[in-house]
Amino acid sequence: MDQALHQWVPFWPDTASNTGDVVNAIFIGLAAVAAFICLFNYGLVALFAVRYRQGSTADRSHRVQETWHWEIGWTAATLFAFLLLFVWGAGAYVWLYQPPPIANEIFVVGKQWMWKIQHPDGVREINELHVPLGELVRLVMTSQDVIHSFFIPAFRIKHDVLPDVYETLWFKPTKVGEYRIFCAEFCGTEHALMRGKVVVMDTKAYQQWLTAQPPTTSLAQQGEALFRQLGCSGCHGANSAVHAPPLEGVYGRLVHLSDGSTVRADDRYIHDSILLPESQVVAGYQPIMPSFAGQIGEDDVFKLIAYIKSLGESPRPVR
Amino acid sequence: MTDVPVDFTTLPPERGTNYLTDEFTIRSWLFTTDHKRIALLFFASITVFFFVGGIAATLIRLQLLTPGGTLVGPDVYNRLFTMHGVVMVWFFLIPSIPATLGNFLVPLMIGAHDLAFPRLNLLSWYIFSLSGLIVIYAIVAGGVDTGWTFYTPYSSMFSNGHVIAAAMAVFVNGFSSILTGLNFIVTTHKLRAPGMTWYRLPLFVWGIYTTSLVMVLATPVLAITLGLMSAERWLHVGFFDPALGGDPILFQHLFWFYSHPAVYIMILPAMGVVSELIPTFARKPVFGYRGMTYALLAIAVVGFFVWGHHMFVAGISIYSGIVFSFMSFIVAVPSAIKVFNWTATLHKGVISFDAPMLYALGFVGLFTTGGVTGLMVATLAADVHLTDTYFVVAHFHFIMVGGTVSAYFGGLHYWWPKITGRLYNRSAAIIAALLTFFGFNLTFFPQFILGYLGMPRRYFAYPPVFQVWHVLSSAGASILAVAYALPMFYLGWSLLYGKRASANPWDATGLEWLTASPPPKHNFEVTPTVVRGPYDYEISEDGRSYARPQA
Repeated sequence: MDQALHQWVPFWPDTASNTGDVVNAIFIGLAAVAAFICLFNYGLVALFAVRYRQGSTADRSHRVQETWHWEIGWTAATLFAFLLLFVWGAGAYVWLYQPPPIANEIFVVGKQWMWKIQHPDGVREINELHVPLGELVRLVMTSQDVIHSFFIPAFRIKHDVLPDVYETLWFKPTKVGEYRIFCAEFCGTEHALMRGKVVVMDTKAYQQWLTAQPPTTSLAQQGEALFRQLGCSGCHGANSAVHAPPLEGVYGRLVHLSDGSTVRADDRYIHDSILLPESQVVAGYQPIMPSFAGQIGEDDVFKLIAYIKSLGESPRPVR
Repeated sequence: MTDVPVDFTTLPPERGTNYLTDEFTIRSWLFTTDHKRIALLFFASITVFFFVGGIAATLIRLQLLTPGGTLVGPDVYNRLFTMHGVVMVWFFLIPSIPATLGNFLVPLMIGAHDLAFPRLNLLSWYIFSLSGLIVIYAIVAGGVDTGWTFYTPYSSMFSNGHVIAAAMAVFVNGFSSILTGLNFIVTTHKLRAPGMTWYRLPLFVWGIYTTSLVMVLATPVLAITLGLMSAERWLHVGFFDPALGGDPILFQHLFWFYSHPAVYIMILPAMGVVSELIPTFARKPVFGYRGMTYALLAIAVVGFFVWGHHMFVAGISIYSGIVFSFMSFIVAVPSAIKVFNWTATLHKGVISFDAPMLYALGFVGLFTTGGVTGLMVATLAADVHLTDTYFVVAHFHFIMVGGTVSAYFGGLHYWWPKITGRLYNRSAAIIAALLTFFGFNLTFFPQFILGYLGMPRRYFAYPPVFQVWHVLSSAGASILAVAYALPMFYLGWSLLYGKRASANPWDATGLEWLTASPPPKHNFEVTPTVVRGPYDYEISEDGRSYARPQA
């Protein structure tokens, strides 16, 4: 379909993912309905304007001023057409924004005015995102400061990136090449320069690219180093004298809080526990943990999460 | 116009003083309580702001001619589009039709001597002027770079512009909006002439009435939102910034709870204007009068429940996205009914093409395009790609500029003889109307394409691949600028040297045409008794059209 589109519409934008194909189809459907409504209406206006212009001899007997048949007729017709479009778009939206379980999780931090990207194996990039062709990728995104929006036009996906919230996007690249990343939510002076590129590579080229990166440890190992460096292990470590909740196997588990509520220990929970520890205190523990807000960046929080995850993960709940 | 030639050269009979010649002192203008004079005060103020916003638009389009951002730097550009948005939305579009044409015409159309609260009406203009001075201060002092949407936490914690001054200007401006709305609601309820039942009201009055309901109900929410944002910026009270324990999405909910209905504040009066123009120039009653009134009410009510469609990618839940998408499709239905009814009004009419009619037909075309592209962005999955791109920019300019501004100019040309008592150069007006339509399409249609190609909004520089579409758009903007400047000249000329207008130069049916042009200070010498609905245009046996006035 992509080739045919480029043939018929020379300026049709690149489409390079499974999500792009779905949105293309919806857009073309919508554009067709829109064009039909417009042309039908313009045609009638033009026809009437010419035919019933002042001075024409067209028959003007039996003028109709009000007929409920017509009004209800076209109301019902438009409503029906609109509802079909609504259902189509809503279905695809649910699909776009509910990622299937995906192993390849890449972390994205937006900050004025750059995109910082961390791969699970520890490779880091700025304003570039290398992904292998044909494999599902899940992005976990947050912002260091204001609201940004991660937008890959060739994949037809975007999602706002907010401070203190983890948002996700997912896609499966279907075409090798380089595609633009834009920030789509106004974020200050150099908003327009907060751009990057996605590089889709075939598996072999991707492996070569990976091995060519400066040697590094995995994200979880970097998190472990940070865990000691920041003194987390002093309390949460196995031999600690301080009474702090153990973190082994906590990821994904249900945690009972001191206010009686229960939360799932997901990325967001761990993030908040590090930066806003007093907001969610585990039942049976004192609220003595200091906040690390302002001391560590969101990229470091991702490392700590990866480390805590590596300590053992409870099975994910089925949604 | 009718087949009966109107002799434009004859002066109307002397009727003593009219509202313009009643008194000549500056004091008599600044302390007037006459709704017609206040309408002209508003007209002068918003014209100034239309050109202030227009200058910003011109610079934006010049900047975007080249991809490298050569004309101004990012900080200046960000201030330009913010100023363009703030000034055009709150200081031109929202007051445009209601405060000028609405102020002038609502009492005349319902057969009243003035609005219900004449002094409140004057206060509304003073509040508007005060807010105008504050916004000019904000611009001159260094500007604001948040965009007209003031999104947090950027506006409250990160921006270095004069955010609080700009927010204060909009806050104060809101009181003007509320007072004007309140005045119209009470006036429509209490001051209708004998026989002027609700279903005999001209659709323009219905348009202003429904707009007023939205103004009174929605504007306070904007005041609260901007107040909270300013408190966070000034006193660091955490409402919206997560670093202070707030929620940035909450700001967006509050902001759009006002700012989506604000779109209807802009478009409902425009629909009212067009519903007056089309029957007059088609010499035929508006098709489905009652359906038109219900559609206005439906838009005003349902319009309150669609605000979330601005936030499909902002991080709202999927379920609420679905609800807001559904409501947005529902609100399109009454708009579609209106478009069909305007088109059906033309059927078997006797159509003439003076400037007001050209603007009205232009409105129907551009509003239809804006409406169907609205459906495209209301479709969830498509909006994920389209939102925050030029597609959205094009869409809302089709509604607000193609729609509202076209209707405003159409209304201005239609009622100009009534307001000033003078006629203008017909050919010049027709040229301006046609230039507006073509210039507008050339400016904004390429932006739909830019949007699907992925060009984001609010970019002072962009990848060169988009340039060709930006050049087309800027070329269109230069035509549009001429089209908007032209009326200044021939209307200014008309004001000084134009031929005198008769009381009813278009042979229309509304009460405003029964009284002299310009009207006497108290509108009617005798309060008219209304005997029939509006738009009673007929054709006689020999094919001539004639009009039966409402009283």
